[in-house]
Amino acid sequence: MSEEYLVNIEHEKLSFFTPAGEVKALNDVNIHLRQGEVLGIVGESGSGKSVTAYSLIGLTADPGKLISGSLYFNGHQVDQMTEKEMRKIRGNEISIIFQDPMTSLNPVYTIGNQITEVITLHTNKTKEEAKARAKELLELVGINEPEKRLKQYPHELSGGMRQRIMIAIALACEPKLLIADEPTTALDVTIQAQILELMMELKDKLGMSIIMITHDLGVVASMCDHIAVMYAGRIVEYGTTDQVFYEPKHMYTKGLIRSIPRLDTDEHQRLIPIEGTPVDMLNPPKGCPFGPRCEACMKICLKQNPPITEFDDTHYTYCWLQQKEAMERLAADSSAKSSGGGEA
Amino acid sequence: MTRYVLKRILLAIVTIWVVATLTFFLMNMIPGGPFLSEKAISPQATAALEAKYGLDKSLWEQYVTYMNGLLHGDFGLSLKQRGRTVLEIIVTKFPVSAKIGGMAVLISLVLGVSLGCIAALHQGKFWDRFISVFATLGIAVPGFVVCTLLSYVFGAKLKLVSTLGLSDWTSYILPVTAIAFYPTSYIMRLMRSSMLDVLGQDYMRTAKAKGLSGTKQLFKHALRNAILPVVTYVGPMLAYTIVGSFVVEKIFVIPGLGGSFITAINGRDYTLIMGTTIFLATLVILMTLVVDILYKIIDPRIKYD
Repeated sequence: MSEEYLVNIEHEKLSFFTPAGEVKALNDVNIHLRQGEVLGIVGESGSGKSVTAYSLIGLTADPGKLISGSLYFNGHQVDQMTEKEMRKIRGNEISIIFQDPMTSLNPVYTIGNQITEVITLHTNKTKEEAKARAKELLELVGINEPEKRLKQYPHELSGGMRQRIMIAIALACEPKLLIADEPTTALDVTIQAQILELMMELKDKLGMSIIMITHDLGVVASMCDHIAVMYAGRIVEYGTTDQVFYEPKHMYTKGLIRSIPRLDTDEHQRLIPIEGTPVDMLNPPKGCPFGPRCEACMKICLKQNPPITEFDDTHYTYCWLQQKEAMERLAADSSAKSSGGGEA
Repeated sequence: MTRYVLKRILLAIVTIWVVATLTFFLMNMIPGGPFLSEKAISPQATAALEAKYGLDKSLWEQYVTYMNGLLHGDFGLSLKQRGRTVLEIIVTKFPVSAKIGGMAVLISLVLGVSLGCIAALHQGKFWDRFISVFATLGIAVPGFVVCTLLSYVFGAKLKLVSTLGLSDWTSYILPVTAIAFYPTSYIMRLMRSSMLDVLGQDYMRTAKAKGLSGTKQLFKHALRNAILPVVTYVGPMLAYTIVGSFVVEKIFVIPGLGGSFITAINGRDYTLIMGTTIFLATLVILMTLVVDILYKIIDPRIKYD
């Protein structure tokens, strides 16, 4: 099973052991991604979207520890790898683009230096060849006068330009997987669109997979094949982009979609926010973590964690409401069957 | 850059002039004079001496005469060390202090930077705490206590090294250690906090995500960014240290410039006070300029003019 997926995360549990106590950052997270697919992970701050992706590349911040579960990349179990084996994958087979391009480049080295560094590290190219490749990459990500840019320092370039440089660094060794951690959050709206377009274009050209971490549903809608909605360290709903947008099942997903501003609404109509505050991860509530904020909360939601409800191969959620509906449907089906059976 | 350096050199000349003027008038405001402490000198002899060195003239005239000499590179005659010019004294004594001070600065740089890095990399763990305790101790304990303890333990008790003068290479060990003690501790603390700051920066995460090894991350990406505060501190510190420490030179009986400086002030050796002050001021200004140039080399974001 793990062979057919490029990324296969199974039942991942990860905690941060802080002085204040254990923070269960990830609770039974499952992610499957095929070569060439784009997965969007959405959720609010602290929901565990970045932690999930970072754990795959061994970038989990210090007090964080994998409790259980297994992480496979390209058939190799990454959570069993040594640091040295991990280093061969980082920047080579899995690359990452960070949120803030203004601070993600080292201010004291030239652009050229920072791009060629990763090329010479993972390939046998000489310095000259690496430089030629760097120039090629800058052209690929749409930067004009590449020769001149290679000699410039990060502070001499704009934010959008720096994010293009980050993409060039990430693509330098033609990775199989690109993790984009809110790659457009820190950019102007027009530059956002350009960067996203560029990423999709390069994805098609190079045939890589992308994990897109974002809290912008607009971004995922236009780019992703699948969407994982995360809340308090759990994937609360998972499905294809159409399924999640047109048939949202979890109350949190519904809330998120309702809170997107639309062009066709009346200009005086207010956006509908999700009431309440994010979960205190040190003391998560009993039962469904979204329960206290959910407008359709039932008694059982505050007592017990909902089990999985699978709608088809790709669409599942963890919500008691769906369980109830499933049960009712089941009951209705069986009564219809039995009454139908009586008539016959 | 060349224009900037030229501007700074012009500014330096003005600064040195201000320092010289202030020192000249402040020095003359201190009660007493160069020939007071010597016993059994007749008023006629004192008057003759004062006439010889020009001290009988008005303060303003003395100032003009001194400044005129200074412009021609003449620091004058020492008032107390008969027959020796101030320049001679500086030229013979400075190398002694500079040698010891230079070694101390070098050692404190190497030790301070590496221990500071180690502490930062082991934040909150044993080595961090161990180094922090050592650093706090080094900053809190005054130099004369360090000197006395060192010469008592290693000189008097263990008889490992000589504690007087500069006879052979072992006699350098204690004074160099004593001088290096404070700057090592200080650099360690500077380095630790600035390294911790840099290690938390986004570009360090980028470096790790590229697949670079730990040493490459540290030496290429972190160190160059973290070293700036140390450079700021070491520049002027180097100037003060190579001029020599009075305490260390007194305790270990070293014929350095630091000792002469204090002796000159106590004995109201006006010309020597002026000479050493101007010399120290020039060194400090020079080192500050060197630091600014180094800054530009280390961090390309820094722009002058």
